[in-house]
Order: sequence, then structure tokens, then C-alpha cells
Amino acid sequence: MNGAPVFENTYDVAVVGAGPAGLAAGATAAKAGLTTIVLDENPAPGGQIYRAITTTPVRREEILGEDYWDGQKLIQEFQSSGAQLVSGATVWSISRALEINVSQGGQTHLINARWIILATGAQERPFPIPGWTLPGVMTAGGAQTLLKASGLVPSGRVILAGTGPLLWLLAAQILRAGGDITAILDTTPLENYVRALRQLPGFLLSPYFAKGLRLLTEVRRKTRVIKGVTKLEAQGKDKLAEVLFATGSQPATRMAADLLLLHQGVVPNVNLAMSIGIDHRWDELQLCWVPVLDQYGNSSVPGIAIAGDGAGISGALAAAERGRLAAYAAVKALKPEALSHLPAEQILLQALAKAQAGRAFLDTLYQPPKHFRIPEKNETLVCRCEEVTAGQIREMVALGCEGPNQLKSFLRCGMGPCQGRLCGLTATEMIAAERNVSPQQVGYYRLRPPIKPIQLAEIAAMPQSETAVKAVVRG
Amino acid sequence: MFRRLPETSAATVTVSIDGADVQVRAGDTVAAALLAAGVHPYRASTVSGAPRAPYCMMGVCFECLVTVDGVGNRQGCLIPVREGMRIETQHGKREAHR
Repeated sequence: MNGAPVFENTYDVAVVGAGPAGLAAGATAAKAGLTTIVLDENPAPGGQIYRAITTTPVRREEILGEDYWDGQKLIQEFQSSGAQLVSGATVWSISRALEINVSQGGQTHLINARWIILATGAQERPFPIPGWTLPGVMTAGGAQTLLKASGLVPSGRVILAGTGPLLWLLAAQILRAGGDITAILDTTPLENYVRALRQLPGFLLSPYFAKGLRLLTEVRRKTRVIKGVTKLEAQGKDKLAEVLFATGSQPATRMAADLLLLHQGVVPNVNLAMSIGIDHRWDELQLCWVPVLDQYGNSSVPGIAIAGDGAGISGALAAAERGRLAAYAAVKALKPEALSHLPAEQILLQALAKAQAGRAFLDTLYQPPKHFRIPEKNETLVCRCEEVTAGQIREMVALGCEGPNQLKSFLRCGMGPCQGRLCGLTATEMIAAERNVSPQQVGYYRLRPPIKPIQLAEIAAMPQSETAVKAVVRG
Repeated sequence: MFRRLPETSAATVTVSIDGADVQVRAGDTVAAALLAAGVHPYRASTVSGAPRAPYCMMGVCFECLVTVDGVGNRQGCLIPVREGMRIETQHGKREAHR
């Protein structure tokens, strides 16, 4: 982008996030004639699934696969809609009065919106195994980002470990790109296959069924897959040297490794939504917090909707449909006479239902086992930022610590720069297990803005309102 | 750990990493550039000084924190490299004068 973007003071609709949900929502709102801005913190649009879709150096289309290149259609739809996109823009607070603080190019702008759609997507679920902080251990999604955005392919002794569709997709992409995979350590519990069988009829209707099967066959033909892995550790002094693993009751095996790519599913990125005070509930199948929403995606805070995987994990196709639906609701509220420019509500709802078909199968099959969500070994780090171990948390719960917010006071757990993103779910589930209550009862960290670190100078340089001045100046 | 796909464009920019000029691929983020250049240790943690490296590459984990053009604790995975950019790695606790 050349030059600084120009922000208006007020927009009809502001969308946070330029992944499939944000792009579809922005395009839909703008097509209906609403002034629309999409704010995204990444250098280019696409979110994680379509990361770097407009800039990727990967030329051979078969490497990333047709589902990736499908993102181009969303980009084109967005570009012809008249919506404004600002990249490199970090939203660090949103108030219930729909005021947005967004940092771009080292400067914070205050934007007012009549309607806000959060499309902040998902993040990978924490995978707290011994040694997961060692250099050389990354998330599978991280490696995929390096491939999509920079054309960097894992090489050397590379081990993929975990469970979930992304792990297999990444394996296929690495192999097609000529990268190396020594082994895939599949942590999917064997009993999940039995449990998921009940959901199979629904999954046969899913667009992901045939694709998923092809992907599994492709990867299994080309690389070593070890199923039923129940123990996993990364070891090394100042960087990863070995991966230790075991299946069932077998003795542990060691494998030399340069790179260990971990993945056990994705969960909604809740920090922005929770910092606004939007109600969330614990989802017992997806094992994460999901916002409480109506069928359009409207949240408990009037004027703020959530679309895409941030509304509960459903994948890229459903994300785009939820984006359209959330924008439809915005148009209905702000400019009902423009609804005739949009597809009928029933069509949008049907498209969403189709895209979500069979989700329960994937959620059941790839539900990560308890021992990889709650570390068994007390030495394992749970909070990477403040270096708090599982043992310390257990000790505090035994002393009477009832929830994650008390953990902050006792241990600084969750108080580092990531603001609980990499330890929050573990902390909640761990306290719940120790106290023998539900995660819903235990709750989550109380999140507050700024949800991303910004410089004090940036806040100081913001234009001051009369009320803000009166609040601190006497006389 | 990583090698570059052969079809990737060769356009580069020059940045300084801890005072040394390094050619990096134009279009990479700071974190990707440092990983590709094999910078190790990328960072040392603020509590124990343990070695760390970028983990998520999507703005979530904050393991890729670096000082960029004098501003500390920037998320390297979200910032594209620029000609003349001054990148300093961060080791242990921040010092007051920085």
C-alpha cells in the first residue's frame, strides 16, 4: 500500500479481520450501499486460510491446492464491492458504544461504527507438551504461513505431530512442494474413530468428505504415519534435538529432529470479543469458548456481530457464509430498503447449513485427548510468557485458587504479552479437572483492552475529547 | 529447518540484524526473514532467559517479539521487512534505557 490510509470518522459497518468471513461480510455490506471498512492486522488480506492470496510467491497451484486458490474469488468479490480494506491495522479496543481504536503505521485512529462485525477467526489450540517452547518447535499453522507467504518449505528432519484436518493438509502441501517429512505422529485417540462413526452419515454430505479422503490417501502413500501416539515430548538443550514418543503401553521411542510441527485443532480467537464483554459459553464438543449468538451472528452486545471461525469452528466455506449472513443482518438493521440487492435470507441460511454439514464428525474424530490438553507432568510449561508450570497451577488450586483470574494474582499466569492466548484454555481445563467442576463454572481470564500491546506515546498522541480532559484536569 | 521454493522471486532488501547488514527476501515478514537467515537464538525469554523462536507466525503467541527501528516488543510476524530497517533481537528482561 502506498501512503497512509485515510480513515473516515464514521462508517456504517466496520469489520475486523480480512479472512473469508471478513471479506464476505465487507463485500456484502458495501454492495448494499453501506459505507464499509475492513481492518486487518496482517500485511495482506486472506486471513490464515487464504494467507497471502494476493502476494504468495508459490506459483505451482497444486502445492497449496484448489481450496486455497478459491480464495481469489472472495478477493475479487471484495475488490469490486467498494468496501475499504486497511491492512497492517491492529484493532486494540472496541467499546460497547461501537468506538474502535485501531493502530496503523504507529498511529491510533478512533473510528465510530453503526455496526461492527468481528471476523477475527481462529488460532491453534495450545499443545502443552514438555519442550514445546524450544526453538525448532512450531505450530503446523506457523509452517503453513511460512510456505504461503514466503515460499519457505520445511526441510531436514521434520516431524508433524497431533491431530486434525490441518495437519494432513500441511503434510500434503509440504510433500507437493518437495519438502521433507520424517514421520507423522498421529495423536488422534483410537476410540475417537468409534465415536465418530455415528456422525459419519452426516459427514458423507459434507464438501470436505471426498477431499479429506483423497488427502489422507495421498499423505499415507508418501510418508511414514505412526497412529495412536499417546506420549509426546520435545527434547534438546538450546533447540530441538529429539522427539520422544510412545504408542499405547509400548516403550518410548526417540527420533532425531530439526523441526517439530504441532497441531491439535483450532479454536475461536476470543480476545477481542471477550474484551468487549460479549457473552461466551463453553462448548463441550469443540472444547473451547464460543460466543453466544443468534442465527445471524448477533452477539449479546447490540450492534456487534461475530462471523467466521471466531463464532465457533466451522471452516472456511461456512466462514464466508456466516460473513454474508452477519452483513445481511446489518443491512436489515441500517438500510432495509437495500435488502433487495442481496440474496434472500433463506438462501443464505441454506448455504450456511450446507457448508456446515458433517461438522460434528470432524469435531468428534479430531477431538484432542485430555492428556494432550492438560499436561500430566508437573514440569511442563503451561504459560509460555511467564513460564508457569502445570505443577505450580496444581499447587495453587490445591491451596484454594478457584479460577484463572486468581491464577494471575498468584502466579502471573496469563499476564504476559500473549494475554492468555496460549495458556487460557489449558488453565481453565486444568482448574476444572483439579476441582472436578465444569470449565463453564471455572470461567476464563477477564480480558481487557488494549488486546495488543501499543506504545504509551501512541495513546498520548490521540485526540482528546472534552470529557476525557475533564476527567483528569482540575479547575 | 526451511528451504526456499526455487520459483520464489529473488528480489531482496537490506536490513540490519543486531548491527550486521543482511539481505532478506522482499515481502517476508521480520520473523520469516530471521528464520530464513537462521538467526539463533531468535529471542531469550524475559523470565528465565531460555531460548525461544517464532511459534505461531500469526500474531498470537508473541514469541517473535523484536525491536524494530528502536521500538521494542514488536510482533515480527506481522511486520513486513523494509529497506534499511533496523532489527534487534531481544534477550532476557528489557533494559530501561531501550
